[in-house]
Amino acid sequence: MAGVTFDHVTKRFDSTEAVNDFSLEIPDKEFLVLVGPSGSGKSTALRMLAGLEEITEGDIYIGDRLVNNIPAKDRDIAMVFQSYALYPHMSVYDNMAFGLSLRKMPKEEIRRRVNEAGEILGIEELLKRKPRALSGGQRQRVALGRAIVREPAVFLMDEPLSNLDAKLRVQTRAELARLHERLQTTVVYVTHDQIEAMTLGTRVAVLDYGVLQQVDTPQNLYTNPANKFVAGFIGSPAMNFFDGQLVTVDGTTCCQISGFNLKMDKAKREVLTKHLGEEVTFGIRPEHIVDRRLMPDAPSEAVVKTKIDVMEPLGNEIFLYLVPKLKLGEGSFMARMGPETWVRPGQEFEVVFDMTKVHVFEKESGKAIV
Amino acid sequence: MSRRNQSTGAKAAPRAASRAQSLKRIAARLPVHLTLIGLMILWSIPTIALLIGSFREPTAISASGWWNAVTDAFQGTFNLTINNYKEVLQARRMWQSFLNSLFITIPSTFLVILVAAFAAYAFAWMKFPGRNILFLVVVALLVVPLQMTLIPVLRLYVEVTPNVNLPSVELPVLGGTIGGGKIFGVNSFVGLWVAHVAYGLPFAIFLLRSFFGALPKELFESAYLDGASDLRVFFRIVLPLSGPVIAALVIFQFLFVWQDLLVALVLLGDPDLAPMMLTINSLVSSFGSDFQLLTAAAFISMIVPLFIFFALQRYFVQGILAGSVKG
Repeated sequence: MAGVTFDHVTKRFDSTEAVNDFSLEIPDKEFLVLVGPSGSGKSTALRMLAGLEEITEGDIYIGDRLVNNIPAKDRDIAMVFQSYALYPHMSVYDNMAFGLSLRKMPKEEIRRRVNEAGEILGIEELLKRKPRALSGGQRQRVALGRAIVREPAVFLMDEPLSNLDAKLRVQTRAELARLHERLQTTVVYVTHDQIEAMTLGTRVAVLDYGVLQQVDTPQNLYTNPANKFVAGFIGSPAMNFFDGQLVTVDGTTCCQISGFNLKMDKAKREVLTKHLGEEVTFGIRPEHIVDRRLMPDAPSEAVVKTKIDVMEPLGNEIFLYLVPKLKLGEGSFMARMGPETWVRPGQEFEVVFDMTKVHVFEKESGKAIV
Repeated sequence: MSRRNQSTGAKAAPRAASRAQSLKRIAARLPVHLTLIGLMILWSIPTIALLIGSFREPTAISASGWWNAVTDAFQGTFNLTINNYKEVLQARRMWQSFLNSLFITIPSTFLVILVAAFAAYAFAWMKFPGRNILFLVVVALLVVPLQMTLIPVLRLYVEVTPNVNLPSVELPVLGGTIGGGKIFGVNSFVGLWVAHVAYGLPFAIFLLRSFFGALPKELFESAYLDGASDLRVFFRIVLPLSGPVIAALVIFQFLFVWQDLLVALVLLGDPDLAPMMLTINSLVSSFGSDFQLLTAAAFISMIVPLFIFFALQRYFVQGILAGSVKG
């Protein structure tokens, strides 16, 4: 059992920086998810921790031990790969036992561990089979089992669910959470899927272009994104953004978007007043846009008149692509309504922005103001 | 699963319809099958002719074509003999040459694959300075014609041939000897092995490197994380997965060495050490008229390659890598 520390770690491939001055402390037993779009450096960070990639600058610690120059096999870690990387010519049992027998572990102990892992993962009946005789989900379990038998200090997982079909992915996701609960071991998990990140992570670290954007609990990432990138990346459908300017109208701070003034919520005004006159990006999540008919007493300054462009009914909810009457930025924006909101494309439609939930970012840097 | 469902579905359909359908399918494939059968017969004729010829009397061979033996057989007269084989094997040293051929070919094949596999692994998966340039040099060697090197190699061999003979071992059961000749250089089995290995290496390294390089990278990373050294990865992961390509290489190299006349002709002068090709060659020159002996000798020389091919052919069909990664 051990935590992991990245201390100002940088990785350069020739001239491109894959990971840039990455610092992160992962306490023992935490399930930390590294998430980001492809090319964000999340896999590179994991591979440096695994010892599969050299560290250009900075230090990585596992527990208190500096591991920069310790070979991968001696780092007390186990890794699950996206492609599973099972040894195709070995049985499931041998796949799991391979690493243990290389470490000269007594046969009895190997058998105990493999059987135990097989039991945890529900693959006892498959131990004699070859990987090619297994389904994708079963192979994935074997790959997990191979990591579990090692009883490592840290589990590393590189998009382990990406090769599974949608249904199996949801199922395995829950099993991974249960497994972490049971094993009580530090997990560093890489994914590009924000739903996986949110559901699995004790904390989630969001990366973009090799730079750590924010580390926090899933709930905090959602409610208090540190910048525009995190705000747009976390949450589905993504947050709507409009370019605007902070102005004062009749003594209250408003965000002016294409001549339309959105009055800011009282709680946010104090901070925003310091940025008066600045160019900003205004953000609101689709779920914080409400059907006017359900909020008859909404203040008129938060009401936006729109026309419905496209409607996507999903059964339990409806996604609406709305074109504002007054031009609010480019094209349409998205709203997420309950199934009781029944509308037709082309119809005029009034929505209310929930001004307590909106976000304002500096336009240039993308940094969150509120 | 889905196939089973299909067949139960087909059972419900009228039987006549399905029979008509299968007839239609056979008819559609008929031209392809006929062409294949025709080609097969065409390609087999020389071999069959050789086989039949080798069992005919010398007088019959000079009097009529090999197909007369077939037509005679249909009329109930068999005029065949195994005397050609007897004479070739006993009187003309063919048996000793057969043993020599094995003694030349097996080590030459084994050594090429062993050395090339180590080299190919290093070229594919180990990082060392100059790796790409070295590999380019190896590939460039592919274009050097073997014939160009014979005289320089011979001169070199003449210089380094020590005047020491290796003992030859009697093989009482097989009725011949094995070994003998100089310890290295000209008239030496070891010298010939080294030459054949050197000639075979560029292609073998090239072929194996591209196969090893195509193995999934995660497999190696996973093995390193499991604590395997390069040597262990090579023997426990790479070699077991390389069955098909090694089988292909065995066939290439075995046939190349087995059928080689030129290298043996240049480097081996001693008729006691001569492989089959050399001995058959001398049959042609000294007994030009003894066609019946040639056919028998040629057929003996074909047995081993055929055996090797049939023994290894299943590896070509089998996809050994299936199941490693999703696909």
